[in-house]
Amino acid sequence: MFLNATEQTAWLPQQASTIASEVDALFYFIYYWTLFFLGLVTFCTFYFGWKYKNNGKKGLTSSVDHSTLLEVTWTAIPFVLVMIVFFWGAGSYIKMNVIPYGAMEVNVTAQKWSWNFKYKEGFSNPRELVVPVNTPIKLVMESQDVLHSFYVPEFRVKMDIIPNRYMMTWFEATKTGEFDIMCTEYCGSSHSEMLGKVIVKSQSDYNEWLEKANVIDESIPLVEVGRTAYKRYACNTCHSIDGTSGTGPSLKGIWGTMAEHESTAALLVDENYIRESILNPQKDIVKGYPYGNMPTFKGLIRGREIEGLIEYIKEIK
Amino acid sequence: MREYLEKNYLNEETTIKSWLLTLDHKRIGLMYLFAIMFFFAIGGFLALFIRLELLTPIGGDILDKDTYNVFYTLHGAIMIFMFIIPSVPAAMGNLILPVMLGTKDVAFPRLNLASWYVYVVGSSIGIFSIVSGGVDTGWTFYTPYSSSTDTAVISMTFAVLVLGFSSIFTGINFIVTVHKMRAPGITWFKMPLFIWSLYATALIQILATPVIAVTMLLLIMERTFQVGIFDPAMGGDPVLFQHFFWFYSHPAVYIMILPGMGIISEIISVFSKKKIFGYKFIAGSSMAIALFGFLVWGHHMFTAESEFAALVFSIITYLTALPSGVKIFNWLATLYKGKISFEAPMLYAINFLLLFAIGGLTGIFLGTLSVDVMLHDTYFVVAHFHYVMMGGTVIAFLGGLHYWWPKIWGRMYSEKWARVSAILIFFGFNLTFIPQFIMGSLGMPRRYWQYDGMLNTELFHFYHTLSTVGSWMIALSFIIMLIYLVHSIKNGKVAGSNPWGALTLEWQTPSPTPAHNFLEEPKITHGPYAYDEVEAERTID
Amino acid sequence: MSTEKTKYFQHHFVDPDQQYESSKLGMWAFLVTEVLTFAGFFCAYAIFRAWNPDMFINAHKALDVVMGGTNTVVLITSSLTMALAIRYIQINNSRAALINLVLTLIFAGTFLVIKYFEYEHKFHCGHLPGALYNPHIAPDCVAIEGNNPHVFFSIYFMMTGLHGIHVIAGMALIVWLIIRTIKGHFTPAYYTPVEMVGLFWHLVDLIWIFLFPLLYLIG
Repeated sequence: MFLNATEQTAWLPQQASTIASEVDALFYFIYYWTLFFLGLVTFCTFYFGWKYKNNGKKGLTSSVDHSTLLEVTWTAIPFVLVMIVFFWGAGSYIKMNVIPYGAMEVNVTAQKWSWNFKYKEGFSNPRELVVPVNTPIKLVMESQDVLHSFYVPEFRVKMDIIPNRYMMTWFEATKTGEFDIMCTEYCGSSHSEMLGKVIVKSQSDYNEWLEKANVIDESIPLVEVGRTAYKRYACNTCHSIDGTSGTGPSLKGIWGTMAEHESTAALLVDENYIRESILNPQKDIVKGYPYGNMPTFKGLIRGREIEGLIEYIKEIK
Repeated sequence: MREYLEKNYLNEETTIKSWLLTLDHKRIGLMYLFAIMFFFAIGGFLALFIRLELLTPIGGDILDKDTYNVFYTLHGAIMIFMFIIPSVPAAMGNLILPVMLGTKDVAFPRLNLASWYVYVVGSSIGIFSIVSGGVDTGWTFYTPYSSSTDTAVISMTFAVLVLGFSSIFTGINFIVTVHKMRAPGITWFKMPLFIWSLYATALIQILATPVIAVTMLLLIMERTFQVGIFDPAMGGDPVLFQHFFWFYSHPAVYIMILPGMGIISEIISVFSKKKIFGYKFIAGSSMAIALFGFLVWGHHMFTAESEFAALVFSIITYLTALPSGVKIFNWLATLYKGKISFEAPMLYAINFLLLFAIGGLTGIFLGTLSVDVMLHDTYFVVAHFHYVMMGGTVIAFLGGLHYWWPKIWGRMYSEKWARVSAILIFFGFNLTFIPQFIMGSLGMPRRYWQYDGMLNTELFHFYHTLSTVGSWMIALSFIIMLIYLVHSIKNGKVAGSNPWGALTLEWQTPSPTPAHNFLEEPKITHGPYAYDEVEAERTID
Repeated sequence: MSTEKTKYFQHHFVDPDQQYESSKLGMWAFLVTEVLTFAGFFCAYAIFRAWNPDMFINAHKALDVVMGGTNTVVLITSSLTMALAIRYIQINNSRAALINLVLTLIFAGTFLVIKYFEYEHKFHCGHLPGALYNPHIAPDCVAIEGNNPHVFFSIYFMMTGLHGIHVIAGMALIVWLIIRTIKGHFTPAYYTPVEMVGLFWHLVDLIWIFLFPLLYLIG
């Protein structure tokens, strides 16, 4: 039952990676022993409670107050069980941490509050980690700011991302499909919105995707490109489009206005202004917003996407 | 004696000054009791709001995201530092320990009063932090988020630092009292197990608490001067913060549970009218837990530290779990061939056995390396620690409160309503937290304001709803409890010195306790659990 | 029991001996907490030293070994005078005890004065913790090579600062003892406060004995 769960069960998500079934097997081992001991405690409590109920009769109770044999037994048996669990768990854990030689590398950048995946081919893909099935994938992860954690429940993989160093983990997906990536180390305001997706494709589909990945279809209107980029680069976690102020100013109706700044003069919100704000956000901070919150997207965002965002912002009146 | 003692510690002197400058451990304990219940209520309200927000997957119905983050942080910080750590030692321990040992007060009554005032100052700084907008880092204050966020981190961490001293002073006092002031006849192995648990706890208090003080101080320095200890940009290491933090905070959870376990030992023996089984093993297991508790802090960091460290911490974690199992089995063996009655304290003890068993067993999942990778930072962890801290410590605390209530006030509460509350809390608690185990293993992360857009959002919505309804049941049981307890203070049936027919020393003196604890020198003629030799008369029918 | 012994007897105790034993155990328990507090800092020191070994070696040269060494001698001597004060009370020589307490106070003050000059030099050279680190090029200021030199000074100031606060607290306690000695509170039958403050003072000295080589001497 638990050795190859293609579907989600009551307790666990579907198994979509090579390590999932052995992690689940151990989970259920512990689970059934837990039920056993819980049952034992419950049974003893209620049975003794019923059998030895105080019926009002006077008198003293038994003097028996220790049994070394019992103490040894109920220490030794749990000891043996936990040792089994330890070695089993440690074994799987070591496998989860030893990265197979020749795994396909993807760089993961985590920042407040978005994921970005950079491929060896030289381009980056925001929010979506596209990988081929049945291939070991090595993730080289870094954080631009605070602690984050990369977690994909269906793969049973999780690794904290500590700023100023590379954290590495790996997985091998066994099924095609889409799976959630969630940040599981509190990182501020929009921690619960820092979602991503792993998209596992067949090898041929993946190759096809790879060819077109870095190129944005020229036939898609710029405004659409902008609208997509707004979500994929997680601009929405800081900049609203309905006028509400968030970590950053709202984008509604800013096009063509004069933006007030903290330490520099007021500037016109035009094409150059938008471009500068995306690539060099620390240069001119809009008045009233905390310094240093917006990370740069230099090297992450593509030229056509900047053009698209400009068109999109023009549209939001 | 069956009567209500007219001149007792409550009315010996009635001026405000006599309370503010009291050196009586019982008055200090009572003041602590009121304060911690106050903070429990605040922490509880925060929890209710959090659960209300989580009724729907999309955030923002009740709380905006920043407020939510502040709420869950404050819920944790208030519950841990202002409620649970002082709860059993400072409130119950102060009220009962010296009387149980047959002595007039703790070793250093002025230090005890100082401990109370330091607690007041620390909590006030905490309140200041709350009204300044609170903190949004999680009660764990992980850097670099905590060294850079602009919320009131410095005042809250400073509050924690100050509160730590209160804990240390109580610890010093109890250690010396237990070593030096036991009445003649009470040898180490004739002490009630509640005392053993407070002693083991006090050892942890004095050894571990200084480390959190240093950690908070370092964090304050980091924020003020950017000293570069924890901030990677300045040459520091965020994982170092985690090591420092958990070096205290893991032993801290044993500060929370050990005294609770001590209470359970008392209640189970008294309400089965039977000698406690395995006295030396229970006492020894408290000491073992205190020792091992210092060696496992790294199990909070399996996904952030070196694999070798993780292996070491995992294996020691299992060894730490075994003594707790030993206690549970010894308590069950105590029930065997007893004369068991089911008044409220015993219902809480039964609650404890079941809920703490779940909490402890689910700890095995989390101590297991491969499984923890999946469960870390999910709702599984949240459910686990609520089972041990609330299902364990809080339930034990409530058991102790109901057990010693007649000693504190000289009157009994309504047994019927107490049973209603105890049973309601059992069901409400399970309804709140069992869905959280399931959500956690299915992938629901913790500290999430919103859970929209996930593969399992609909399913999580269902479980979150169950959990929120459970929280209302818990709230209701506490409201009922508040009413009948407060009502009993003036209107309850007179309890007399020993309403339960127990054998420990605090029941051999009138209720409410006399100002100097005993009216005549207590004579120790039997052990604390000698239900096989002595039958004590109940002073209430 | 003599009246001297019972004059300061607190009545929740059974007898003065129990009171004395309790005070001693209580003070030792408190000293354990102090050791744990400084242990945390020593840990931080060890870790940052391991991570930046070259910088630590360079930075420690900016500390004045002569001043540090003098302070060490000063503190050890103050521990001696403290112990002598206790001894003199035990043999009923209040006057000598008082002199020694005053000497202890003077030595403690000397320690702080020398510390003041050390700190002042640090400020002058810009050798300050964390973000305040701002080294000046000057003939009497050692230039420090290595990465993150501000970390060394963060640790230096936090550890010596916390230690200094304990010296000040000790001085306050010694003043209290001086006042009580003048008033004749202490006799061979009762001198618990002197002994307890003595224990505290010895710990303050001991912590410095660890701090000095770790910060000033190891190259």
